[in-house]
Amino acid sequence: MNHRFLRGMSDGIPICLGYLSVSFGFGILAVKSGLSPLQASVISASNLTSAGQKAGLDVIAAGGAIIEMILLQLTINIRYSLMALSLSQKLDRRFTTPHRLMASYGITDEIFAVCSAQKELLTPAYMYGMILVAAVGWVTGTALGAAAGELLPSSVSSAMEIVLFGMFIAIVIPPAKKQRSVLIVIAAAAAISVFFRYVLPMVSDGFAIIIAAVAASVLAAVFFPVRDEEGASP
Amino acid sequence: MSIAVYIIVMAGVTYLIRMIPFTFFRRKINSRFFRSFLHYIPYAVLSAMTVPAIFYTTDNIWTAAAGTAVAVVLAFFEMPLIVVALAASGAAFLLGLFM
Repeated sequence: MNHRFLRGMSDGIPICLGYLSVSFGFGILAVKSGLSPLQASVISASNLTSAGQKAGLDVIAAGGAIIEMILLQLTINIRYSLMALSLSQKLDRRFTTPHRLMASYGITDEIFAVCSAQKELLTPAYMYGMILVAAVGWVTGTALGAAAGELLPSSVSSAMEIVLFGMFIAIVIPPAKKQRSVLIVIAAAAAISVFFRYVLPMVSDGFAIIIAAVAASVLAAVFFPVRDEEGASP
Repeated sequence: MSIAVYIIVMAGVTYLIRMIPFTFFRRKINSRFFRSFLHYIPYAVLSAMTVPAIFYTTDNIWTAAAGTAVAVVLAFFEMPLIVVALAASGAAFLLGLFM
C-alpha cells in the first residue's frame, strides 16, 4: 500500500479514538431523538461533523423547516470554508479536481488541525488515509452509541469527551513556545471566545468561534506579518 | 417531512461548505496580509474551539481542569498527540473517581 496513505492512517489514529468517544455520545442522543441506529449512522457517515449533526438532530426532532436546517448548518459549519481555504494553499500538484472533490468531504476540525501541522505539502493519499481512519471511528462510535449507549459507565464516557480537546492543545502549544506571535494569537482567540460564552451567550457557538478566530488572526496579521519564506502554512 | 430529506439537506450543505473553497480556490495568495492571516487562522480556530468548551466536557469542571492542565504540561514538553490526548482523558477519569 502507498506509504503516504499509511502515514495518513497512522496520523489519523488519535482522531479515530477521539471520534469513537464523541460519536458514541451522538449515537445515544440520536436514539433519544427518535432515530434508528441506521439513520444515526447514515447521518454520521454523510456529515462527518459533530456540532452540525447535534444541531441537525434538534431540527429533525422538532420537525423544523428545511430552511432552518440549511441556515443552521451554514452558521455552524461555515468555519470549514476557512479551513478549506487555508488547506488549499498547501496542496501538492497531485491534487487534481476529482481528488479535491473527494477529499473536501473529510475536512473536519481535527483533520484540518493535523493536516495544517504538516511540514510538507499535502497529497491526496495522505488525506484519504486519515479521512478513512477518522470516518470509520466516527461511524462505528455512532452505531455503538445508538445500539448500546446505556452500557458504558458515565465516568468513562464523560472522561472520553476531553480527548479531542487534548489533541488540540498538543497541536497549538509547541509552536506557541517557539513563536511569540502564535502565543498571542491563541491567547487572544481564547479570550474573545470566553467573552462570547459569558457576556454574549446568545451568539451561537459556530459564530462565536468564527468571530474569535478571524479577529485574533487579523490582529496578528497586522502586527506580526509573516516573512515571505514562512508561507501561508503553519 | 421524511427524515431522509433532512439528512440529504444536512449532508449537502455541509459538503458544499467544504468543497467550494477547497476545489475552486487555486491561486497562490500573494498578499502578505492574507498569507499572514491564513498562517494564524488554524491556531486561532483551535484555541477558540477549546476555550472555554474544554471545561464543560466532563460532568465536573474540576476533572476537566485537571485534564486540561495535564494536556498543557505534556504538550509543553512536545509529547505525541495521542499521548497528550489520552493522558488528558486519563487524568479527568482518575480525578473523577475521587469526586
